Amino acid sequence: MIDQDVLERVLASAVRTGADFAEVYAEDKQSTSVAFDDGRVEQVTSGRDRGAGIRVVKGDTTGFAHTADLSEAGLRAAAEAAAAAASQGDGGTRTIALTRSPERVVSPVSLFPDEVKKADKVALMFRMNDAARSAGGSIVQVSAGYGDSRKHVLIANTDGVFVTDQQVRTLVRVTAVADGDGGMQTGYQSAGQTMGFELFNTVDVEDLARDAARIAITKLNARPAPSGALPVVIKQGSGGVLFHEACGHGLEADLIAKGGSVYRGKKGELVASPLVTLVDDGTMAGEWGAIAYDDEGHASQYNVLIENGILTEYMWDYLRARNEGRPQSGNGRRQSYQHLPMVRMTNTYVLNGTEEPDDIVRATEYGVYVAKLGGGSVNTATGDFVFGMTEAYLIEDGEITEPLREGNLIGNGPEVLKDIDLLGNDFAMGNPGTCGKDGQGVPVGDGQPTLRVKSMTIGGTAA
Amino acid sequence: MSAALQEIADRVIAQARAGEQVEAFVSRDNETDIRVYEGSVEHFVSAQSEGIGIRVIRDGCTGFAYAGTLDPAAIAQVLADARDNLEFGTRDEWAGLAEPDGVDVIAQELWNEELSDYSTDRKIELAKELERLTVGVDSRVRVDDSNYADVSVESAVATTTGIRRSGRENGCYVSISTLADDGDETQTGFGFSVGRSPEQFDLAKAAREAADRATRLLGATKPVSQRVTVVLDPYVTAMFLGIISSTLNGEAVAKGRSLFKDRLGDQVANPLLTLVDDPTNTLAYTATDLDGEGLAARRNVLIEGGVLQQFVHNSYSARRVGGRSTGNAVRGGFKGTPGVGCLAMHLVPGTRDQAALVADVDNGVLIQSVQGLHSGVNPISGDFSVGASGLTITNGVVGAPIREFTIASTLQRMLLDVVEVGGDVDWLPMRAAGVSLVISDITLSGA
Repeated sequence: MIDQDVLERVLASAVRTGADFAEVYAEDKQSTSVAFDDGRVEQVTSGRDRGAGIRVVKGDTTGFAHTADLSEAGLRAAAEAAAAAASQGDGGTRTIALTRSPERVVSPVSLFPDEVKKADKVALMFRMNDAARSAGGSIVQVSAGYGDSRKHVLIANTDGVFVTDQQVRTLVRVTAVADGDGGMQTGYQSAGQTMGFELFNTVDVEDLARDAARIAITKLNARPAPSGALPVVIKQGSGGVLFHEACGHGLEADLIAKGGSVYRGKKGELVASPLVTLVDDGTMAGEWGAIAYDDEGHASQYNVLIENGILTEYMWDYLRARNEGRPQSGNGRRQSYQHLPMVRMTNTYVLNGTEEPDDIVRATEYGVYVAKLGGGSVNTATGDFVFGMTEAYLIEDGEITEPLREGNLIGNGPEVLKDIDLLGNDFAMGNPGTCGKDGQGVPVGDGQPTLRVKSMTIGGTAA
Repeated sequence: MSAALQEIADRVIAQARAGEQVEAFVSRDNETDIRVYEGSVEHFVSAQSEGIGIRVIRDGCTGFAYAGTLDPAAIAQVLADARDNLEFGTRDEWAGLAEPDGVDVIAQELWNEELSDYSTDRKIELAKELERLTVGVDSRVRVDDSNYADVSVESAVATTTGIRRSGRENGCYVSISTLADDGDETQTGFGFSVGRSPEQFDLAKAAREAADRATRLLGATKPVSQRVTVVLDPYVTAMFLGIISSTLNGEAVAKGRSLFKDRLGDQVANPLLTLVDDPTNTLAYTATDLDGEGLAARRNVLIEGGVLQQFVHNSYSARRVGGRSTGNAVRGGFKGTPGVGCLAMHLVPGTRDQAALVADVDNGVLIQSVQGLHSGVNPISGDFSVGASGLTITNGVVGAPIREFTIASTLQRMLLDVVEVGGDVDWLPMRAAGVSLVISDITLSGA
């Protein structure tokens, strides 16, 4: 994308005014998406995003500028803008020598999306539509989407880091609407991996569509969710977002540094049930949050955050690691070349426990079984977090019984982590997610075995 | 400047072939984003971006492509990609671009020259000043970040159906996130102020609100589950209206996905409630003269005296239901085609301030903030359940803070259960204005 000698000159010019650090992050991304709704392919979209962001750090100040012009002149102009933003004065001349990092493949790709015919991508949508509509007469509407992207990135900085990488992602999603006497209900399913079109060798799009339809139809008979505190059993692979919100964000070093997390100063302390070992793992091949290198050029890692309930480590990006004089953890990520990197999760999951999942339900006299979660959000300073249940059932006398309408659950991270009293042996990863922080979205994965939280507040309307 | 963008758009549509409808949308943005922490600049972002989106429709099939550059070779490729993409579209008899509809554009002052001349040092100083003012309000308050941001956007659209419009607008805001500590406990707050130029900022108000929001929650406890009347803070009401708007979306109606699809002319809300979408009101932060297809933005009354009057449409959804566009095409930039949405909603205000509304509530909660609107609210089924924090109201008096609870109902019931609309309209940086809103019979879930 950009020659090494050009990068070296641009970086040298970026630190000419005395900055400590400068970085070029360039990307060239091609994407295709298909929007299907109401029985039609409404639109196929092709996108091209190409540009570079230049970051210059002096002391505690970061300057950042980006440009769509990848010529040396364009990059130098951006470098000067970023340098001017970060610092004043003259720091003399520095010579930058880049050492190229080896190619690293975390998620191998066999069928690149740009080598697949658009007709094949479009055909998936019709198959999903047909499958969802044949699932039952109450299905009145189906929308589906397909998206793929192939992103080449280049990262070079004044520490000599020089990384090139490519990131490939493929995703499908489907929403079914069922209509009945009590109004409309929706069901949603999706599948996405850091791989190419070979995703559909293992993912059956018709199964996904039928499952979305099943969820919508099931909820036609749903009763209002209970209101108040109850035991909650969360199905394997659907509740990783609980950990993402209950503690994941609170373990991000930028929030820790500013005293904006309930987990500050808790390293070495018991912060969760001893059953819980929580990992953030950018190396998990194929998963939605998998990356070979993070967006600062640091190789992704397997990081244990909580081990047997004890907080072992936070997640780090370049700036926060530098300030603490410690290594990065491969968690510096950004939405695009137009954004500054910050500490972000990758694939965040809880390791297996020992219980049989059926036993967890049987051990619960009265409570809620959550089979599918929507999104969530957290206030890291208080630890209060919510997440939505989009498919849930009542548990009565140890049996899963009636479907429940949608609603949020609310809890306090540190309390909920300690309240996990049963952990299954059926680990699974969940659906692809997009994590939002400070206005930026990045792809993340999560997973967990079936588990029980002794008590959480269910935000329904029933007594 | 916009003339140059218009030329680019014009050149693209001039390449339309027989039987093709072509639309080109070109935009260029400049953004400044300054973050201050403990008196020094934490980051300074200076960003320019530009791009083009091209839509081609032929025989009822639509194709679209975009690129984040205005390089001529890239634009040629975008047009070629859009043409190729339409080959895979499904024929849709209603597909088509907007056409001039004779509705006059109401010109608005959307560009402030002062802002484009404002110096960088003064922008930094504003963020520093806001931080100083905020920590000065209360010794328990810390600042997480204090920000200044501005953006200017110029854009042009041209279609083979006769739309040719360009314009530019700019705006700026300051915002601050706060933390308040008391022993081991921490609570959070935020404040902001917006304007077409920094002269319009009210820094003192932003500082006071950011400090108050955090400090007044200190000592908050979890309430017991009960049915209550809630008074929504103006900011929360604006978020609530954002959800209501998706039930009034003409495309959702045409596709059978709106819970109000068969309810035109019905009493869907309390007679006190009149909901208007009016982007021609210059007080609205999202005021605009044009919609996303280049038609004149206009005032639409959606619910009047509680009766559902109309849905909002772009040209496509209008064609599907046999009507006319209401000027409600919404475009999120050059990377997408226009959808349908409300542009600048407000509730016609009542006459009393929040204190007077609270005084009439025997047992209730003043809702200061909500959490999880994207995960616990389903505008198709109408289920509404969100996390919340706020202050208890007992016999008309605001009392202890509470947190970690949810409030739940359905959208249908909440509109009917509105008890009063306040008179305290707040023009927030959102697609809806805020106003205090009293709603009865809400389920509060707590301990």
